[in-house]
Amino acid sequence: MDLVQLQRQFVDYRTSLYHEGFLDEQFTQLQELQDENNPDFVVEVVSLFFEDSERLLNELARALEQQSIDYKRIDAHVHQLKGSSSSIGAQRVQKVCIAFRNYCEEQNVEGCLKCLQQVWHEYSLVKTKLESLFQLEQQILTAGGSIPM
Amino acid sequence: MESCNCIEPQWPPDDLLMKYQYISDFFIALAYFSIPLELIYFVKKSAVFPYRWVLVQFGAFIVLCGATHLINLWTFTVHSRTVASVMTTAKVLTAAVSCITALMLVHIIPDLLSVKTRELFLKNKAAELDREMGLIRTQEETGRHVRMLTHEIRSTLDRHTILKTTLVELGRTLALEECALWMPTRTGLELQLSYTLRQQNPVGYTVPIHHPVINQVFSSNRAVKISPNCPVARLRPAGKYMPGEVVAVRVPLLHLSNFHINDWPELSTKRYALMVLMLPSDSARQWHVHELELVEVVADQVAVALSHAAILEESMRARDLLMEQNVALDLARREAETAIRARNDFLAVMNHEMRTPMHAIIALSSLLQETELTPEQRLMVETILKSSNLLATLINDVLDLSRLEDGSLQLDLGTFNLYAVFREVLNLIKPIASVKKLHVSLTLAPDLPEYAIGDEKRLMQTILNIVGNAVKFSKEGSISITAFVAKLDTLRDSKAPEFLPVLSDNHFYLRVQVKDSGSGINPLDIPKLFTKFAQNQSTGTRNSGGSGLGLAICKRFVNLMEGHIWIESEGLGKGCTAILIVKLGMAERVNESKLPYMPKMPTNHGQTAFPGLKVLVMDENGVSRMVTKGLLLHLGCDVTMVGSSDECLRLVSHEHKVVFMDICVPGIDSYGITIRIHEKFTKRHERPLLVALTGNTDKVKKENCMRAGMDGLILKPVSLDKMRSVLTDLLEHRVFFEAI
Repeated sequence: MDLVQLQRQFVDYRTSLYHEGFLDEQFTQLQELQDENNPDFVVEVVSLFFEDSERLLNELARALEQQSIDYKRIDAHVHQLKGSSSSIGAQRVQKVCIAFRNYCEEQNVEGCLKCLQQVWHEYSLVKTKLESLFQLEQQILTAGGSIPM
Repeated sequence: MESCNCIEPQWPPDDLLMKYQYISDFFIALAYFSIPLELIYFVKKSAVFPYRWVLVQFGAFIVLCGATHLINLWTFTVHSRTVASVMTTAKVLTAAVSCITALMLVHIIPDLLSVKTRELFLKNKAAELDREMGLIRTQEETGRHVRMLTHEIRSTLDRHTILKTTLVELGRTLALEECALWMPTRTGLELQLSYTLRQQNPVGYTVPIHHPVINQVFSSNRAVKISPNCPVARLRPAGKYMPGEVVAVRVPLLHLSNFHINDWPELSTKRYALMVLMLPSDSARQWHVHELELVEVVADQVAVALSHAAILEESMRARDLLMEQNVALDLARREAETAIRARNDFLAVMNHEMRTPMHAIIALSSLLQETELTPEQRLMVETILKSSNLLATLINDVLDLSRLEDGSLQLDLGTFNLYAVFREVLNLIKPIASVKKLHVSLTLAPDLPEYAIGDEKRLMQTILNIVGNAVKFSKEGSISITAFVAKLDTLRDSKAPEFLPVLSDNHFYLRVQVKDSGSGINPLDIPKLFTKFAQNQSTGTRNSGGSGLGLAICKRFVNLMEGHIWIESEGLGKGCTAILIVKLGMAERVNESKLPYMPKMPTNHGQTAFPGLKVLVMDENGVSRMVTKGLLLHLGCDVTMVGSSDECLRLVSHEHKVVFMDICVPGIDSYGITIRIHEKFTKRHERPLLVALTGNTDKVKKENCMRAGMDGLILKPVSLDKMRSVLTDLLEHRVFFEAI
């Protein structure tokens, strides 16, 4: 595929992510922060997010398996996850986190488990999407082009 | 005799007298009957008759009288008693009516008489009104004449026409025999006949001005009747039977020098002309008041018209004069330009022509110096070289000065190192000074900028010249050079009254003072110093050389640099101080390569607003910590990241200007940290600004933050623009609480 087509594909894909609600304004802000001094800023942040989120999700799973569920701890984790996802603009993840927190307050185990499922699901989705996006970016860069804004 | 009731007349009926009585009675009756008819007829005809009642009475009276006389006709013969009784009734009635009428007439006749008087009165009034009408008509006529005359007089600005028209119109309006105008001569002692109506060419009679009659006329602004035998009035051929009346009036003449609108007839140094008007002889006409008034008015108008004409003449003369001057000036200018051009051409040619041989002489002489020479020859060659150098300098100076004179010299402006200029001067002058055992010191003020914009070469030349003079004219002692930036009050020196400096933002005034302890200068000679070719001829300077052009050239350079130069000395032997002030441009902070300062960050998202601002970011969440760090880095801040409150307290220092804390994570006691930071930095200006970052939109939390002593609160997510504006606000106001 030639450069122009690649770029167009990239732009379309990115726009679709916004449309489908996977990403929001915050992701654009992140992209704005990337410049010569910080060329891989976005990738770095997103990678960190992936690490963080996986860790948190595992923790959450473990915490919910317990006999006596420590809701405070769960809340703390979900709060962290919410913060992380809002920082990079993973909108859908963030939304689920908000619902998750409500269930935590209610100490609703079923609700929490359901939310955990949802969070996993959303997280996986957004991870896949972002990885594809970065792949496209890489392709454009190797072809010698520049990332369209 | 039968007894009938007839009455017999007293007289026999056949008497002639009876007959005549009979006829007269008949006619009387007729007349009496016809009178009322006539009256009625005429009264009906006339519209107004106030006494109808009287008429009726009178009619009745007449009719009855007529009836009586008619019935009397029957009494001439034997008539019956009936007739007699009718007759008697008629007579009685007639008597009654007549008495009543007589009584009435007593009232009526005075009225009728007064009607007559009223009629007389009205007739008188009508006659009077007629007379007045006549007068008004005459006046109106006069007015019309005046207007017409004025119009005629004022319709032209030519003096001659004005005067001629006046005389003609006056003559026509007033039906004069002769009208003349006497103008005062230039000497003012005589009146000369200038214009007359009838005589075509006034022969130029003159009459002395100090005649009692003339004085009388001149002293009043009314028209004065004068005697026909007066010298001014003797204009007609003699032998007339009875000369007509003569009137004279003064006409004020205005000199342009005493033309003041406000004191129009009051000036005493006025000149007057005399206008003499003569009625036709043998006409028995008299001067009427309205005619005199007309004459006075006309005289005034003539004066005004003449003044206008005079002004016009004057202004035309002035304009002509100006035009001549203009032409002359133009010519002079062109001549001057030609002269300058010729001189410049001459100088250019001579410059080149002179320099070429000079160059040859100097070059060859110096070459000659290098060869083998006997001591005498060496001395000779050195003298030649010295003299030719001097000559070369002289040629340069002369050329420079002449270029300076006509303003064709322009400064070579450029950025240069001011300190270097002074150092160079010092270096150049040190050898000579040390030979003369003079001590030279240089003091540069600390606020003197290192770089300036100006003509480096000429500035150095000027300073060198002044310092050189100081050295030249000092036999011993010391020379001090000081340079500093002149402040406004020092600029306005009383010694330089024409120097009006103007301070502006990108210029400064450099003041250089060169003080020496040499021979000094007589204060009287100081003004001559800067004039070309003038040298003070005091002994001891005769052999110092120099053409005397140096200071003159310096002065020209300094003037070009919008400055001022002068020398102060207290007298001979007391040394002197040369002060020089020039205007130089301020140079920006300039590197040697003269590149403008480039900001490090690319400018695709606005400029770096906060270069080097040290901030501390505390956030447990790795991702958001990284995002915040990226944000602040992008804005140019120096970011330190901490992940816990202990780390934060450990690392926070007074160098950090702002501390961003994420307070929405449970487990971080942000209030505790705040309080401890407050404890750590007791002085307010040392303490960094504490800003809370939170994704929580809780009003309570906000109040808690404020109470705890935080300086600001921002809601996450934070965009780049938001962070930029927050930081700006924060640094300016030292507080920023986002509205929740």
